[in-house]
Amino acid sequence: MNSIKTRIKSVSGTMQITKAMELVATSKLRRAREKAEGSRPFHEIIKKAIDVVESSSEIKDSVWSKLPEGNKVLYVVIAGDRGLAGGYNSNIFRLTAQLSEGSEASYLPIGKKALDYYTHRKADIYFGECRYVAEMSVGDSLTVAEQICRDFEAGKFDKVVLVYTKFASMISQIPQHEQLLPLDRTSDGKDTPADPIYAGEPEEILASIVPKYVGGIINSAVCESLASESAARRTAMNAANKNASEMIDTLMLRYNRARQAVITQEITEIVSGSEAL
Amino acid sequence: MRAFHLEIVTPDGLAFNGEVESLLIRTDDGDAEILCGHADFLASIGTGRARLLIDGKPRYASVSGGFVSVCDGVTRVVAITFEFAEDIDVNRAKAAKERAEAALSRASGEREELVAKAKLARAVSRINVAELL
Repeated sequence: MNSIKTRIKSVSGTMQITKAMELVATSKLRRAREKAEGSRPFHEIIKKAIDVVESSSEIKDSVWSKLPEGNKVLYVVIAGDRGLAGGYNSNIFRLTAQLSEGSEASYLPIGKKALDYYTHRKADIYFGECRYVAEMSVGDSLTVAEQICRDFEAGKFDKVVLVYTKFASMISQIPQHEQLLPLDRTSDGKDTPADPIYAGEPEEILASIVPKYVGGIINSAVCESLASESAARRTAMNAANKNASEMIDTLMLRYNRARQAVITQEITEIVSGSEAL
Repeated sequence: MRAFHLEIVTPDGLAFNGEVESLLIRTDDGDAEILCGHADFLASIGTGRARLLIDGKPRYASVSGGFVSVCDGVTRVVAITFEFAEDIDVNRAKAAKERAEAALSRASGEREELVAKAKLARAVSRINVAELL
């Protein structure tokens, strides 16, 4: 009976924690979601805006848009700062592992979990200064992007891929990947009109635009990931709450049964004792 | 004047989305004006003033960093910051200007100097734009 009692106590203690975490995640989620939704138009429009570059023949063979020759890929992996968020972190790592199979991969982890994961695996970490996703500002994204672009231009990587979690809804977050560099030339097939007019040398313009493009995309991916992390944690904690209350119910039932059994036994003993007298 | 579609985004969200008659913006090479029917165009933008003409009325904004592109008749401005004159907090901009000036006089490395200069330029541009109101 005592052991059941202590179990009930410990489960309700856990439940208190998961409940609190759910509340925290919910309030964080609201803010993160607004931010993610705010950053979405930027993501879409920046992609459309860069289309003009992709359709241009003049810079088709520039450093930024030539087809990758080698197999050196940099993965920018955005995961969470903390665990207890269901499959949020592991989904990201699984997707990255799938993608990186067969390539010479190096990583730029963003978020504590990602950094820990790749440090632990002794993977090739390109830049390990982005410790917390929650503290990534627009400026940080831009600085990182500038560094990536410099090294890409110098030929350190052939490809840069971003892996993050897209916030689709409160209950669904989808791990996604996106090629940052070289600029994706999916629009190659369509008939493109004449080359755009460049205010200056195309190469120079690209060199100044591309880091901003990469930084912008990273920033919006960070926002999406943050919202996804909170949502995933909220769902996980909600499930944990339900499980805990179910467990408490069954334990309570067992406890009451045991208590009743003891009482019944005592009565039987007293009755049979008085009969014997 | 005929109007065309203009979209302006910053990392914080959509700053403007609508029809304008003209967009005057500071590119790295100097001011460029985009009117309806402009050919495909791409330019990197610096720090400075932008002017939108909506129904014949000008609207000013302070813009910094990013690029402007015209593609299939749609003009898109992707900027790091974009604030309309009425949204600018002048006191904050003035404080930022002082801070930037102080940082510039202290700056030792080339990089620090660049950062401080960029900050100063942004603050000055904000103050100038806010004064146009």
